[in-house]
Amino acid sequence: MKKDGVILNCGKLFKSYRMGTTKIEVLRGVDLELERGGFTAIVGSSGSGKSTLLHILGGLDKPDEGAVEFEGRKLNDFGGRELDKFRNKKVGFIFQFYHLLDELSILENVFLPAMISVGFWGWISGRRVLKKRAGALLEQVGLGHRITHKPFQLSGGERQRAAIARALMNKPEIVLADEPTGNLDSATGNDILGVFQKLHKAGQTILMVTHDERIARKASRIVKLQDGKIKDEGG
Amino acid sequence: MYKFILPFRYMFKKRISYLALLTVVLCVFIVVVVMTVMAGLVEDFKQKNHSFVGDCVLGTESLVGFGYYEDFMRELASREFVQSVTPVIRSYGLINVKGSRQSRGVEIIGIEPVGYSRTTGFGEDVYYHRRDVANVFVPSYNPELPGCVPGIDLVLERNSRGEYSPPDSPWRLGLAISSFPLTPKGALSKAGLGLVNTRTFYYSDHSRSGLATIDSSAVFLPFDESQKLCGMDRPIKRTSFLYIKFQEGTGLSEGCGKVRSMWSKYVSAGSGRPAGYLLETVAVQSWKQNRRSFIAAMEKEQTIMTMMFILVGITTVFIVFVVFYMIVSHKSKDIGIFKSVGASGGDILQIYSIFAFFVGFLGSVFGSLFGWLFLRYINDIEAWLYGRFGFQLWDRSIYAIGEIPNRLESGLLLVIMASAIFACLLGAYLPSRKGSKLRPVQTLQVNQL
Repeated sequence: MKKDGVILNCGKLFKSYRMGTTKIEVLRGVDLELERGGFTAIVGSSGSGKSTLLHILGGLDKPDEGAVEFEGRKLNDFGGRELDKFRNKKVGFIFQFYHLLDELSILENVFLPAMISVGFWGWISGRRVLKKRAGALLEQVGLGHRITHKPFQLSGGERQRAAIARALMNKPEIVLADEPTGNLDSATGNDILGVFQKLHKAGQTILMVTHDERIARKASRIVKLQDGKIKDEGG
Repeated sequence: MYKFILPFRYMFKKRISYLALLTVVLCVFIVVVVMTVMAGLVEDFKQKNHSFVGDCVLGTESLVGFGYYEDFMRELASREFVQSVTPVIRSYGLINVKGSRQSRGVEIIGIEPVGYSRTTGFGEDVYYHRRDVANVFVPSYNPELPGCVPGIDLVLERNSRGEYSPPDSPWRLGLAISSFPLTPKGALSKAGLGLVNTRTFYYSDHSRSGLATIDSSAVFLPFDESQKLCGMDRPIKRTSFLYIKFQEGTGLSEGCGKVRSMWSKYVSAGSGRPAGYLLETVAVQSWKQNRRSFIAAMEKEQTIMTMMFILVGITTVFIVFVVFYMIVSHKSKDIGIFKSVGASGGDILQIYSIFAFFVGFLGSVFGSLFGWLFLRYINDIEAWLYGRFGFQLWDRSIYAIGEIPNRLESGLLLVIMASAIFACLLGAYLPSRKGSKLRPVQTLQVNQL
């Protein structure tokens, strides 16, 4: 299944949910390959299974059938601890509703993945370097002046920029973005997409899901998901 | 590090955390106050009982007593581990204030004042002769008269504050004390009209032991006089008990064991003596064994109280459980975020356990602090309540206690604090575990498929 330059792929993915007595088949045999350094957008209508696919690819959920491979290794074979490490170091998630922790400042939210990664003593010894990196990432997304603020003090666009900085903190192999502009006005959404494009130019692998084809066009590759299957691809 | 930062922020940013904290503070406060007062009362009562009989009691509950005690006393006194030993007669009789027509039952306690004071706390219990206990049976108004030391409640009234108003010197008060003298075989030694021995003693001092039964119905008499009164002066001299005080550093069971062994040899060596069979009725007991029937009731109350507080503890665990269940439910999105950035289920469990530890630790610190403050001023508060509203926790005209005990034991405090922290960890465990098992997609994307 693995190809040169393929960072993440999946084959024959099936996933269904139960709602009462009804079984809803969300994914019905999805095959997908993501090239290293690519900017891919998965487009589909609401309920087409695109978020479910993203979660399975990122190790947040498990498929009923099929397998996901990351750099040639099956996620199914990962133990609990290994899967945690995979989410911590290899993947950076960006969500539609930002999902920042209200109790932490923007800077603290950004360096949270690093805190988890290095542990207590690692944080004690390396906190200056890591804080500096978090500050630099916030500068990069235009939030250098907001590091001490709490999420509720920021606008939607600023929160999403902070979430992007958090996703990049541990230098992930791939960024998985779930409707990153879905909760923003079009101007702010374009700003965010601008950030994504900059990251892509810098070599970052990005997979974004969206229901909006106009937004998807900003990506270098578009994959359409319909009725739980990949329907066609464009670029 | 985030495992410490987040619980700390949760602690001070969430109003519901204050509810859990308040619950723990209140429970710790109540337990600290009530357990301290209860433990103080029990300890005080034990101390008074210990002080009343010394370390070891050798004797018989039989009113006949036992003989040949003087030789054994000498033998005991010569041993290094014994500090002092004194004979004590305990019998029953009737007391009648001269000139009145009313008699009441009393316990007659015959003592040698100097030896008895060395062995027990009697020297501190008397009022007028605290520095001259040798003359405690000498009435100041007429040294020729035979004196007696009644329990304080037999001669003085106690007011509602638990205070007595003794006169500057004891007033002239004759107390006719009657007893039924018994032969060594236990039969009445007299018959007909002269069935009882009666003698008048005069109030020379009073004793306040703090033991209600002694202070309200016992009268101390000179040993020789009580021996005659109870018929224990012939055909052989007898006593009811020997009270023994050990040298400092002698363990209670070690000392009692030595006395028991000595007594066993003494009885074997003296078999065949007239009325020697009485020696067989004698038992050697530590002060705790001897006063068990009195102390056991208090200890039982303390045990019941402890059981009640275990119920309070269970309630605390349940409240903390509910609060944490609500917090975890409310914070499920945070759990999803943690997991999405790589935190494990164990990390989540640790975050909420540390949070529970904070709640328990701060709750026990503040609860203990408030408890300590309340105990420090508990007597002042009670005095103020009594002065302002007439309310008294224990009516001192009924209960023989002075101040409410308020000495906080550090050991007890540590146990209470540790229990509070444990209760919080226990109460938070299931909700935390539930949180740690949450799948991130359950919490992050509830509206999308």
